[in-house]
Amino acid sequence: MTTRPPVPARPRLGARLAYRLQRALRPRIGVGWLSARIEASGLARALFTGAERQTKQDLFGCRMCGQCALPVTGYVCPMGCPKEMRNGPCGGVGADGSCEVYPELRCVWVEAYDRAASQGRAADLRLLHRPIDHRRWGESSWLNYWQGRDEGLWVVESGDTEHEGPSTNSSSIDHRYRPRVLGG
Amino acid sequence: MSLRDRLASGGFAVTAEISPPRGADTGPIKATAAQLRDWVDAVNVTDNQGSNVRLASWAGSLAAMAAGLEPVMQMTCRDRNRIALQSDLLGASALGIRNVLVMTGDHPKFGDHPEAKPVFDLDSVQLLWTLRHMRDQGAVLSGRPLNPPPDCFLGAVENPFAPPAAFRAERLAKKVAAGAQFVQTQFVFDTGAFGRWMAQVRDLGLHERCYILAGVGAVRSRRALDFMRDKVPGVQVPDDVYRRLRGVPADQTAAEGARLAAETIQQLAAIDGVAGVHLLVAGNEQAVPGILDGAGVRVDRDGR
Repeated sequence: MTTRPPVPARPRLGARLAYRLQRALRPRIGVGWLSARIEASGLARALFTGAERQTKQDLFGCRMCGQCALPVTGYVCPMGCPKEMRNGPCGGVGADGSCEVYPELRCVWVEAYDRAASQGRAADLRLLHRPIDHRRWGESSWLNYWQGRDEGLWVVESGDTEHEGPSTNSSSIDHRYRPRVLGG
Repeated sequence: MSLRDRLASGGFAVTAEISPPRGADTGPIKATAAQLRDWVDAVNVTDNQGSNVRLASWAGSLAAMAAGLEPVMQMTCRDRNRIALQSDLLGASALGIRNVLVMTGDHPKFGDHPEAKPVFDLDSVQLLWTLRHMRDQGAVLSGRPLNPPPDCFLGAVENPFAPPAAFRAERLAKKVAAGAQFVQTQFVFDTGAFGRWMAQVRDLGLHERCYILAGVGAVRSRRALDFMRDKVPGVQVPDDVYRRLRGVPADQTAAEGARLAAETIQQLAAIDGVAGVHLLVAGNEQAVPGILDGAGVRVDRDGR
């Protein structure tokens, strides 16, 4: 498990550029093939995961939960919220948008809303995020994403009660548990 | 009449709040419940409010029931993981506790054990979703069946005034989609701002899918007023309200606070889509009859 406590981080990558990279790096045949090759080799996976950790830590304050929400949170990490809230802000946000627990820092969800809205993506914040799988801390979320394993992390808020259940265990996603490459 | 029936019948519902004692005695809860039972439909029993250790909310809920008042068991995500939360819902339902109010909960930093491990395994939306799944699908998160499933009336909280303002009605929509059947809001001092939030709530049709109870507080003293303005997370006291309560002699603050609460209730009741009020008066329960009388809320409590 992670040893670094959650602290709100302000992304160092602009929202527009982040969404551009998202389009460039979306799962495709070639990327899927490459990520499968990386996963197949223990060393390649360790190196790749380490590079992801360093990059995302510097850019987003990533804590390697392994189930990345950034694409639908304006590229602001919700795991930096001291309550690790993945479905929006708590009720304690200061009138100036400050975090209740770290008043000198901005609430990640206030920042997420501003960034998503600035790029016409405010509707992303309506998605319902399922509970995360704590066994996946330390895994590469990029490899999980490219392999299609992250598809059940959130669902569209349909407004009725018919959408799938909250469990990632019971959905159709492949959740074969693999040992962590780098201890989180 | 239960809270659920009161709301379903279109009546104006009133709930209040009890903070369980720091001690192994349910006596104080029973005494408060007896004071409130002729005036409110149900009473919230807080879950280690403000991250301070108190008697458990399920035990407090049982005590309120024993004193003839329907409880709303509060459940936070701060202290228990998904296993314990699901287990507690089963226990509560088996013992006859029907109303469950879900919230993420205050951070331990603000309580008497700031060194404690914050759990937050689920957030409030995920917990609502989980509890609804247990009730409607009859299964726990792992997929294992429940025999029988719990029966519960699920509530949520929302703060209409906290940033990001444009997202607050949408956030309630998420909670409704996850399973919230009623919602209690943070203190409303600014009825204009609340009305604007309600307009967004109506635009999303949420008032037709979820009963909305507006939070109303009664300020007791100048000290309480300053504390509420400066120290309580997510509460905003507008300047005109602050000036009004400071403008009376200190020994009149409580009476003026009760008058303000009564006026607020009248204004809120006139807003389309407001199904009732939630009185945030823990520790000041004796003010409830006066406030409700002042507001003209005289509901038939079915001979209770």
